[in-house]
Amino acid sequence: MPKVTFRTDWCKGCGLCAMVCPKQIIVIAKDKINQKGHSPAEITDQSKCIGCAFCATMCPDCIIKVEK
Amino acid sequence: MVVFEKPKSLCDVPLHYCPGCTHGIIHRLVAEAIDELGIEGKTVGVAPVGCAVMAYNYFNCDMVEAAHGRAPAVATGIKRADPENIVFSYQGDGDLASIGTAETVHAATRNENITVIFVNNAIYGMTGGQMAPTTLPGQVTQTSPYGRDVNHCGYPVKISEMLSQLDGPEYIERVAVNNVKNVRAAKKAIKKAFQNQVEGKGFSLIEVISSCPTNWGLSPEKALQWLEENMIPYYPLGVYKDRTAQKEAEAK
Repeated sequence: MPKVTFRTDWCKGCGLCAMVCPKQIIVIAKDKINQKGHSPAEITDQSKCIGCAFCATMCPDCIIKVEK
Repeated sequence: MVVFEKPKSLCDVPLHYCPGCTHGIIHRLVAEAIDELGIEGKTVGVAPVGCAVMAYNYFNCDMVEAAHGRAPAVATGIKRADPENIVFSYQGDGDLASIGTAETVHAATRNENITVIFVNNAIYGMTGGQMAPTTLPGQVTQTSPYGRDVNHCGYPVKISEMLSQLDGPEYIERVAVNNVKNVRAAKKAIKKAFQNQVEGKGFSLIEVISSCPTNWGLSPEKALQWLEENMIPYYPLGVYKDRTAQKEAEAK
């Protein structure tokens, strides 16, 4: 099953991953804050992930790892 | 099975760029090209002055910091001193298209066997959003608060079109990084630019249309939308010069 992991500490919450996700399962967690002071991206429903790696392709900070 | 992870040629450190800045994507594409061609050990990068000034902290290969705009001249020196090196310069529009135009044009016309990655975001990012040579007509910046007036400031410099008129350069292509499709095309172009150097074909320049959410005053998502609606029509994407393909076509 596809698995997406975010290196949350380095996320700047730009939201480009959420913009391109075809399943729309990535959100910017407004209620959380990381050590850089940004609200990080997180995945809401891992089971819906298709492992297309669009999120990782658009992530400017290279914090996303996709496994299948 | 890993579908996607950070390339080995990119150091394991956080980038200093603003949220949503596409410099990070372009860094990764360069690192992926280096990884895939297996040239990590002999690659030397030349960092510019501009937002990417600290690129030497991010690429896992030897890096040199050049004076403002002089990256193609420094790269020429490194390449000529040891032609075994794979040398690339990574420059922004304020660096390459303004103060470094002479170095760029002459490196291209000499067909130096180097790779130039030119990041065009139509603004001076690091110094706070002043008008750049590539700023679009009518675009509002810190130094053109009523929009760029072409009667007063002239028209934007179209580097790819300009250099493709020369007989020297081997390969000139303009790509963008505003969506997944274009990022993949950009990766192909950057890899080809490095491949050309490995094969000794000569000067390759890839112009990457990029965004600057902070200084454009837009969210990262809206900045990419603005890029698509305004920058791509003014700077059309495509291959502007491919000498090998031209020669092959003429031979037929």
